[in-house]
Amino acid sequence: MARRVLMGNTAVAEAVRLAGVQVVTAYPITPQTVIVERIAEMVERGELKARYIRVESEHSALALVYGAAAGGARAFTATSSHGLLYMYEMLWWVAGSRLPIVMAVVTRSIGPPWGLHSDHHDALTVRDTGWIIGFASSVQEAFDMTLQAFKISEDRRVMLPAMVALEGFTLSHTAEPVEMPDEKSVSEWLPPREPLPFKIEPGKAFAVGNTGPDEVTMELKWLAWRAMERSRFVIRETDLEYAKRFGLRSYGGLVEDVYAKGSDYVVVAMGAWCGDLKEAVEKLRGEGYRVGLLRIRYFRPFPWEELREVSQNAKAVLVIDRAVSIGHRGILGLEVSSAIGDRVPVKNVIAGIGGVDTGPEDFYSIVKTFIEEYESGSIEGWSIPEWYMPWMGVVSK
Amino acid sequence: MSLQRLALSRIRGTLPGNPACMGCPHNIGLKIVGRVLGERAVLVIPAGCSTIISGFWPREGFDLPILHVPFASAPAVAAGLRASHEASGVDSIVVVWSGDGAAADIGFATLSGAAVRNDDILVIVSDNEAYMNTGIQASGTTMWRALTTTTPVMGKTEERKDLALLMLMHRVPYVATASIAYPTDFAAKLEKAASIRGFRFIHLHSPCPPGWRFDSDKTVYVAKLAIETGAWILWEYSGGKLSINPVSRPYADKAKRKPLAEYLKLQGRFAHLREEDIKAIEEKIEANWRLLKELERIYSG
Repeated sequence: MARRVLMGNTAVAEAVRLAGVQVVTAYPITPQTVIVERIAEMVERGELKARYIRVESEHSALALVYGAAAGGARAFTATSSHGLLYMYEMLWWVAGSRLPIVMAVVTRSIGPPWGLHSDHHDALTVRDTGWIIGFASSVQEAFDMTLQAFKISEDRRVMLPAMVALEGFTLSHTAEPVEMPDEKSVSEWLPPREPLPFKIEPGKAFAVGNTGPDEVTMELKWLAWRAMERSRFVIRETDLEYAKRFGLRSYGGLVEDVYAKGSDYVVVAMGAWCGDLKEAVEKLRGEGYRVGLLRIRYFRPFPWEELREVSQNAKAVLVIDRAVSIGHRGILGLEVSSAIGDRVPVKNVIAGIGGVDTGPEDFYSIVKTFIEEYESGSIEGWSIPEWYMPWMGVVSK
Repeated sequence: MSLQRLALSRIRGTLPGNPACMGCPHNIGLKIVGRVLGERAVLVIPAGCSTIISGFWPREGFDLPILHVPFASAPAVAAGLRASHEASGVDSIVVVWSGDGAAADIGFATLSGAAVRNDDILVIVSDNEAYMNTGIQASGTTMWRALTTTTPVMGKTEERKDLALLMLMHRVPYVATASIAYPTDFAAKLEKAASIRGFRFIHLHSPCPPGWRFDSDKTVYVAKLAIETGAWILWEYSGGKLSINPVSRPYADKAKRKPLAEYLKLQGRFAHLREEDIKAIEEKIEANWRLLKELERIYSG
């Protein structure tokens, strides 16, 4: 075990090195670029025995790692924002082909206007493609989640690609201390990829991805859905096993519970700003409010069981969203509401779009307002977005 | 090189009873690919006619390993597949078998990227000069004035792009044109390409009976006329040397070419052409010959 001070991007690159990835490719886009720059350096210095291939677009980046994975290699790519959108077609193809691939998505807003700072639109826009989607909230977690993504993605019970989202700049370019297991113990835990029964190589005459009856399309979709359901157990198991094996802490599987279970008020959020949100929750608890935070670690598979359990005895749930589905509500808000149904009133707040700064004081006041509204009985509008879904930080209001 | 050498491999490429149209040129091309590249070949196929020819699960129209991939992605997928084979020591020739739409239009950036990187793949573009699989829409390689369903009255108003020359300008190790009517020439080019490492490109001329509107028993005849009228030129670039191949060589001399109308009149897509249109196409063909002869002089090894 080594302790190093690393930026989020560098930590992801270190995880890729430790995973013994064989094929790496990417197209440059800020703020992801440092990951692949660092990997390119590792390859040129001989620290990682891999092929680094410089492609001409993100579409080709994912196409190339798809080909590599189909041939049996462990493959990695990374992107952000418009790059992820440019991959959209290939995202479906990769997941539908049930090939294990790991991709880091350093979150960044989508234009126009051009902006470099983070929100969650990019990663959440691809939620239906069949990828496992994790959201890190610290540099340590970005490292752990990337390494675990290979294990989960390649697990025979899963065989789905996995995406690790980390907040642009807040995590990608911020240095924090990171505990890193050594190469030998990682390779014992994560041996080279098992060969696939349908590896594409010369002399084996069969086709992958050709046309077929409608029932085959439906069956394959069902199989992917079932594998994603199974991945819940594999994610929880991997989280525990990793923590035990390397003497690190377990995060709690699909979610991290910060006083949420048993609290009257549950705040749900995702990503790096949960650090600030924790601070706000601690402060409110100090003032006697029975409030807790449920941090979503995996958006796919979505932790509906955990949400139901935690909200069972809660009075109200607040979802702070960093992405909105225009024409409806916040994307996380929608998912949370669909998971817990009508049992508990849910309030949805939109904040931090395009990187608009939302700090501990903002969270303090958002959460406090939510509790006060509930206690004064003025909650009837929470479920009607047209007239009640606060957008924090909108200047023209 | 004789035709008998094509029997070297037991791989037949396409299998009898596959769902290709009658007289399909891809079947001819793929047979030669199978026989020549045989057990070493792996095919990556983007969306197009060959997606269908490959068959409807659980049946299979080819006896080769095939990865079907999205329209614009094939050369990149092939590069990744080849990289994985390199990593695990697998001897393979990763072939992109593509149509003109995937190669020249939607996937041109992908093709160009793979060429620039000199990825170790062989790209074969079986060019039927339109989007045939979706019902004969004009593509970047459709001939000027050809009728398609998206150029239904006047014919295509734009010039076609010369894909092989564009690939030559990527400074890759091997570029050639070929025709389904000349199997020995195509086979020799495949063998040559198979002996080279890096990016290799073969532009295969593939006349399409329903798309060009000629009888399905005339595929080879039409392809042959394309050569004999000088409309399609067989050439090869390798090791710094570009040469017009013996099949096409005689037609460098304009006087030796068959009248262009013989080639055009067989095709319904050119039924509306006027005398002056045919003349204009003849001039375009002659300009193409001048360019190739000049390139042959420049790249003389």
